[in-house]
Amino acid sequence: MAIDADALRRAIDAYADVVAEQRDYLVDLDRAIGDADHGVNLDRGMRAAREAAASGSTPAEVLKGVATALISKVGGAAGPLYGTAFLRAATAVTGKQTLEATDVVAALRAARDGIVARGKAELGDKTMVDAWTPAVEAAEQAAQQGATVAQILAAAADAAEQGMRDTIPMVARKGRASYLGERSAGHQDPGATSTAFLLRTLADRAAAECPAP
Amino acid sequence: MKKIINNPETVVQDSLRGFAAAHADLVEVHFDPDYVVRAQPLPPGTVAVVSGGGSGHEPLHAGFVGTGMLAAACPGAVFTSPTPDQIHAATMAVNAGAGVLYLVKNYTGDVLNFETAAELAAAEGVEVASVVIDDDVAVQDSLYTAGRRGVGGTVLIEKIVGAAAERGDDLAACAELARRVNSQVRSMGMALTSCVVPHVGRPTFELGDDEMEIGIGIHGEPGRERLPVEAADQIVARLLEPILADLPFTEGDRTLLFVNGMGGTPLIELYLAYGIAERFLAERGIQVHRRLVGNYITSLEMQGMSITLLRLDDELISLWDAPVHTPALRWGV
Ligand SMILES: Nc1ncnc2c1ncn2[C@@H]1O[C@H](COP(=O)(O)OP(=O)(O)O)[C@@H](O)[C@H]1O
Ligand SMILES: [Mg+2]
Repeated sequence: MAIDADALRRAIDAYADVVAEQRDYLVDLDRAIGDADHGVNLDRGMRAAREAAASGSTPAEVLKGVATALISKVGGAAGPLYGTAFLRAATAVTGKQTLEATDVVAALRAARDGIVARGKAELGDKTMVDAWTPAVEAAEQAAQQGATVAQILAAAADAAEQGMRDTIPMVARKGRASYLGERSAGHQDPGATSTAFLLRTLADRAAAECPAP
Repeated sequence: MKKIINNPETVVQDSLRGFAAAHADLVEVHFDPDYVVRAQPLPPGTVAVVSGGGSGHEPLHAGFVGTGMLAAACPGAVFTSPTPDQIHAATMAVNAGAGVLYLVKNYTGDVLNFETAAELAAAEGVEVASVVIDDDVAVQDSLYTAGRRGVGGTVLIEKIVGAAAERGDDLAACAELARRVNSQVRSMGMALTSCVVPHVGRPTFELGDDEMEIGIGIHGEPGRERLPVEAADQIVARLLEPILADLPFTEGDRTLLFVNGMGGTPLIELYLAYGIAERFLAERGIQVHRRLVGNYITSLEMQGMSITLLRLDDELISLWDAPVHTPALRWGV
């Protein structure tokens, strides 16, 4: 089973729900080491993205709609970063009617590369990259072993959650948290957390859309 | 949380409506996307100086739109950078054929969103230059970090570069001037209380009754150090010493001294601090030639202040003295 535009739309919807539910939690994480807006920004963006995703007849069109909504509604650091991620993912799967395992891996890799190209953060800088990079690596590895789309996304989600937890002891070197220097250690990065939520939601939706045979 | 608001979700637009009504002679406010332009269009062939950033720092930036200063300002959500569509719309609205200069405070979000807007403008053939402002000495600078923040120096740069654009300097000259002023200005801030973001409803950080936070930014980001509250003499010294050491400022320098309130500190305290700061500088042979005291780049209702020191030369003095007519700064007109 593969993911078509409708299945992707349902996944975007599900992520918008998760962000709305987790809005205050993401704000709390950002309050500790940033400026208390990550949950609010992303919630505003995902509400617009949900609408934008309603049209679009291919996965790439759905992803592009989400990207445009995020770029124009989120602001802050997360807006251009997530916007670029969705835009690059859209480009990576342009022309496909459905997303197979290799497409999913290509989309994840393109998304991560886009975030790195825009934000110039490296692994260990305590940003969303610390969730994205292990997730992409886990997805690639799962795909090489012949995993299904649902299994690939589950592996990515597991790795992203581990990456998210790994940000706790890190001293931030990028983003607003870097202004705190050593005082940023001991707190989980908000962007890594919203990334882990995204990959977990995609994994859950893929499992529901494509039940194991 | 106690605030004079109707709905935390619509604070920025509700406030902009009042701002538009209060200053209809000077500015025009556009909604969706939100941006503020001068009521009178720029003379053709003039560089348009555009800035923007999160709301909650009023009067920055919209209060500085007007003759001799900004052509447009783009207010984002509270403490959140504006989005590229706002910046792009403002750019197209004020471009007078001589290009557009973005003055961007150095925060990842602001830099990325202005970068995207510049790409959009370039795609439509509008020449854009960007200068990133990073005058905050509280943040250690390094190639491997987000670098220093743009804070109080922003107000001075917007005034001086706005004056240069008004006298007809071209885009490259305005950008070069902005970089030069940025290289000559340093700031440091402190807080006695946190601020409350309207849609969050709780203080961004907790400070005990007897504590102060040194090295804060303007978004309620906690600072580098938390200390017991001290007398004004010590607080001023804690802000000025790192400023002087950083540039460094030396005996004989001519300066502009800017004591800025964070929004919740009364002028009686700001003037008190100003007097101490000017004496502190005089004792070190640093001359204060121009001054600014008041709430110009704030952090909602935060109690606290920042001190900014700019090294002047004859050109900067004459650009500072040039007429300015905006909602928040006005002289010579
Ligand atoms: N240069 C960067 N590269 C990658 N991610 C970044 C970068 N800077 C910030 N981030 C991410 O953005 C998150 C903060 O987003 P948000 O609070 O919405 O924006 P802002 O910091 O502008 O308030 C951080 O937790 C971090 O994961
Ligand atoms: Mg934030």
